[in-house]
Amino acid sequence: MSDDIKKMIIEYVKKEYLDEDSDMEVKEDTKLISSGIVDSFSMVSLKTYLEKKFSIKLPDEDATPEAFDSVNNIIELIRKFGAKV
Amino acid sequence: MSNIGSYEERYKNFDWKISEQELEFGKNGQHNIGYYCSDRICEKGLGSKLALIWEGFTGEVKKYTYDDVRAYSNTTAKFLQDQGVKPGERVCLFMDKIPELYICFLGILKMGGIAQPLFSAFGEESLITRLDDAKTKAVLTTRKHAGKVRRIRKDLPELATIIIVDADDKPLNPGEVAFGMEKLPRVEKFDIFKAERETPSVLHYTSGTTGKPKGAQHVHNSLVGQYLTSKWVLDLKADDIYWCTADPGWVTGTSYGIIGPWSNGVTQVVLDAGFSAQNWYAFIERMKVTMWYSAPTAIRMLMKEGFDAVKKHDLSSLRHLASVGEPLNAEAVLWSEKAFGQPFYDTFWQTETGAMMICNYPGMKVKPGSMGKPFPGITATVVNPKTFEPVDKPGTVGLIAFRPGWPSMMRAYWNNQETYDGKFKNGWYLSGDRSSIDADGYYWFVGRDDDVINTAGHLVGPFEIESALLEHPAVAESAAVGKPDPLNMEVVKAFIALKPGFEPSSDLEMEIMNFIRKKLSPLAMPQEIEFMASMPKTRSGKIMRRMLRAKEWGEEIGDISTLEND
Repeated sequence: MSDDIKKMIIEYVKKEYLDEDSDMEVKEDTKLISSGIVDSFSMVSLKTYLEKKFSIKLPDEDATPEAFDSVNNIIELIRKFGAKV
Repeated sequence: MSNIGSYEERYKNFDWKISEQELEFGKNGQHNIGYYCSDRICEKGLGSKLALIWEGFTGEVKKYTYDDVRAYSNTTAKFLQDQGVKPGERVCLFMDKIPELYICFLGILKMGGIAQPLFSAFGEESLITRLDDAKTKAVLTTRKHAGKVRRIRKDLPELATIIIVDADDKPLNPGEVAFGMEKLPRVEKFDIFKAERETPSVLHYTSGTTGKPKGAQHVHNSLVGQYLTSKWVLDLKADDIYWCTADPGWVTGTSYGIIGPWSNGVTQVVLDAGFSAQNWYAFIERMKVTMWYSAPTAIRMLMKEGFDAVKKHDLSSLRHLASVGEPLNAEAVLWSEKAFGQPFYDTFWQTETGAMMICNYPGMKVKPGSMGKPFPGITATVVNPKTFEPVDKPGTVGLIAFRPGWPSMMRAYWNNQETYDGKFKNGWYLSGDRSSIDADGYYWFVGRDDDVINTAGHLVGPFEIESALLEHPAVAESAAVGKPDPLNMEVVKAFIALKPGFEPSSDLEMEIMNFIRKKLSPLAMPQEIEFMASMPKTRSGKIMRRMLRAKEWGEEIGDISTLEND
C-alpha cells in the first residue's frame, strides 16, 4: 500500500515539477525542496494535491520545507494527519 | 567603527567622486564593471583571495579566487566573441545559482555584451516575452533548463545560440554549443571592451500593472552607486564573509550578489539550495558568515521556526544584517535583535534604481518598521499624487520620488520610451510606492500605488497572470490581485468566471494553479482561486480589479458608481 502511494507521489512530482525533457530520477529519498525541484511557492500546489488526494488537512505550521523535502518525509507527514497509507 | 561613520555628516558633505576616487573609476579610459570586479582586485594584489565559496544542495563545495574569477570571466568573454556575439548584443543567463551564473555575468560585460539574467523558475511564456522583447542573441543555460528554451526557440528568430554550460556526452541540437568554463584553457589575457560610463551593461525585467514586463536598462556607471552603497550600507570590509541570499535572476542578486561585493574585493558565499531554516543556520555557522543580506519573507520564515532553531547553531560570526525586497515589519526587526543580538537593517530600492536609495545605516538609530533615510547623494521626497509637489507636513502619505541623476539609475525601458517617460513628473522619478516621512526624516512604507503584486519581494504583474489565465480552456474572464499573506506580504489570488460547460471544482482549481505555475513561474501561481458567476465590471466593460483587491485587504471599495453589475 505504502509503496503504491510512494509511486503515485513520485509520478505526480515528476509530471508537475520536472521539465518534460528532464531525465532526472526521483526516488523516495530524493531531496525535493533543498534540490530546488519544488520551491517554497510550488509547495502550496503540492500541499493542495495531497490534501485533496488523501482528504486531509495539513496545518500551515506543519507544512514546513523539511516536511516536504522527500517523498518519505511527505508520507510521514500525511500519515500524521490521518491519511491511511 | 562602521564604514559610513556619521550618516548626518556624510549626507551633508557628499559627492559621488568619493566612490569614483576609491574605484579609480575611468582609469585608462576603462569603466567596464567586469574589470572592476575581477582584474582590478587582482592588480591590487588580492588575486589569491577567495572571491566565491559556492555550496550546492548535495554539500559539494567549490572555491574560486579573484584570479580564477578574472581568468574564467575572460574565458567566457572570448568564447562569446568566438560565437559571434557582438558588443551591445543581449546575452541571457538562465540557470540556477551555480558558479557559472556569477562568473559568466562578468564575462558578458567584459566582451561588451548586455547581461540579461532571468529567474531560472520562469516558464516558457515568461521567457519568450522577455527574450523576444530584448531580441536576445545567445542564452547561457544548463541541461536542466534548456528544454524550456528549446521549445520556444522557433518563435525567437534573433536567438542565434543556446550555450549549455554543463553539457554531457549527448549530442546537441543545431544552434547549440557546449561551454565548459573550467574545462577550456584559462584565458589569462583578454582585451576587455572599453566601456564608457553610459555603455549599456545589464537588462533586468520588471513587471508593471499593465502591458508586458519592462526591461530596465542599466549602464556601467551604475558601479559608482553599487560599490559605495555596498561599502556604506552593507558595511563590507576586507575580512568579511558575505552572504546575499538573492538570486541573480533578480536585481538584488546582480547589484549586491555580484557587483557590490566583488568591486569591494570581498569574499562571498552562495548556497544553491532551497530554503530551510536548519540549512540556512548551518550554512552561516559553517561558512562563518559575517554580513548577511536577505529578504523579509525569509526572515519571517525563520521566525516561524522559532528561537530553538537559532540556538542549535553558533551564529556568533554575524556582525551585520540587512534586508530588502518588501517592507521589514517592526516585529521582524525586534525578533532579529533577540535571535541574533542585532536588528536587520532595512533597505529600499528597485530594479529601476539599480542601487539602494533609502536605508538604515550602521550607527544610525533604527526605528523598527521604518525604511530609514535617503542614501547620501540621493535627493528623495514624498510627493502629492495629483500635483507631484513634495508634501511638507510630516506623516502625510504620498508617492516616494527621487530627483533623477544618481549613478545607477536605469537609462531606459528597453523599446519602451513612452512608459519610461511616464515615470517622471515635475522633475521627479516616481517609484510607484507610497510612504510618509516623519518629523525626524525617517520614511515609513505604506504600499504600492498600483496593482502590481509584491510577493516575497518579487513584483508580479496582474496583466501577465490574467492574460495567461485566459489561455486556459475553462477560463472566460479573470482578475489577479495581491492578497495579504503573513509570510510573503502578498500572494496572488485569482478571480475567475468560467466558460459555459465548466463547473467550479477543486480539481479545476488545482489544474489552473499548475497551469500558471508552469507557464509563468511559481511566484505568479495563484495560491487561491475564487470562482465567480461573473466579474464586476465598469459600464464600459472593464473588470474592476481594484474593487476585488480592496475586498481582500478589507479596504474601502471606493467609488462604484460606474459599476455595471453586482
